[in-house]
Amino acid sequence: MVEAKEKITVSFTVNGGDVEIQVAPEMALVDMLRDGLLLKGAKRSCDMQVCGACTVLVDGVPVSSCTVPAFEVRGKSVTTIEGLAADDRLAGLTDAFIDNAAIQCGFCTPGMVLAAKSLLDSNPDPSEDEIKDYMRGNICRCTGYKKIVEAIREAADKAVQA
Amino acid sequence: MKPFRLYEPTTINETVATLSSLSVGGKLYAGGTELLLAMKTGLLQYEGLVNVKSVPELDGVSFADDTLTIGARATHSMVEHSADVLAHAPLIASVEHRIANVRVRNVGTVVGNLCFAEPHSDPGALLLLYEAVVDIASPSGPRSVSVEELVVGPYETSLAGDELVTHVRVPLLPTGMRGAYLKFGYHHRPTLGVGAAVTVVDGKFVDVRLTLGSAPPKPTRLREAETLLHGAATDDGAVATEAGRIAAEACDAIDDLHGSAEYKRHLVQVFVQRALTEAVERGVK
Repeated sequence: MVEAKEKITVSFTVNGGDVEIQVAPEMALVDMLRDGLLLKGAKRSCDMQVCGACTVLVDGVPVSSCTVPAFEVRGKSVTTIEGLAADDRLAGLTDAFIDNAAIQCGFCTPGMVLAAKSLLDSNPDPSEDEIKDYMRGNICRCTGYKKIVEAIREAADKAVQA
Repeated sequence: MKPFRLYEPTTINETVATLSSLSVGGKLYAGGTELLLAMKTGLLQYEGLVNVKSVPELDGVSFADDTLTIGARATHSMVEHSADVLAHAPLIASVEHRIANVRVRNVGTVVGNLCFAEPHSDPGALLLLYEAVVDIASPSGPRSVSVEELVVGPYETSLAGDELVTHVRVPLLPTGMRGAYLKFGYHHRPTLGVGAAVTVVDGKFVDVRLTLGSAPPKPTRLREAETLLHGAATDDGAVATEAGRIAAEACDAIDDLHGSAEYKRHLVQVFVQRALTEAVERGVK
């Protein structure tokens, strides 16, 4: 008989550090990160995988943490926006968002930056069309997207030159 | 979301046994991209979810005997990027790439999508074009049905509560047949999708498959329109218009947030004609 689990031990790495935490099966990943680990970068917004404000990377690829259960990250590596600021200094991609004014209210920005990181990790020199295609699942209601595309392009250019 | 218990069987037999023991209180869980949304709103509630991702034999995408086999654990992303799919059925890769967004494709599964039977969705109408078949594990032994027979209506399949789809088998299009799939919509789910696959000899249709999704209550094969097109010249506009009209009547459109029934019938008429043209001029296997 297969065991009925009411509590699940989740051992995983978050932003490079090892974590072990007990969760109920119905707990969403975003709640474990925000309430359990006090990582507030991922935002619950649409709560239906449409807007991208809750984007985090699991083993390097973006998922909607509002809907993915916390138990799904057992044995996996999770990256949140906090993980991109090594030594309290902002990394190249976040710098590019600031330099290009690709932010207004900032609510979508953690998800935008993480989605862009996943894009650049798999495709270091994307065309404008490839950026728009990849990023179309992340919604911003302030910037009109143009500056976000430009920021990602600039981060790609600087990384290619470096 | 209401609390539930998680069951993690490691074999197909254990999965079926667990579903049988839970009866109506249990449900299969794969990607959860549709199921968990319904559970969060309280539309669906289960005492136990049975995780198919803990069953290794349901993994992956493979190719043998001119057939792609997609396991119940395979995500949309795996199918989209599969070297076998890209080589042997690039149309499937391109349609999978346009499903939802990258996050949903990284988590949601193709088999889960078919079994949840959300009408506003692309994989059903796409896989009808390939005459795909699902393999089902059940307490009385394995059986197989076509995707057409699997989905019986909105959110409704012909599966019993203690059965699971282990794989979907997708035969390649016959040699010489080329297909296209067009979708349209302003919402995050498609308003309609039309699949067309054609074999053309000397400027005439010698074989045609037409499928329609999202606008009708379930993915639908448009056989009457196919019959009309057999033997017709590919540049016969009157026949293509009539095929579109038949499709529009067959789609059983209703008024909803995607538009009025009249609007949807108009869209179907136009998109059937466009999909036929696309398949003839730029179709892929």
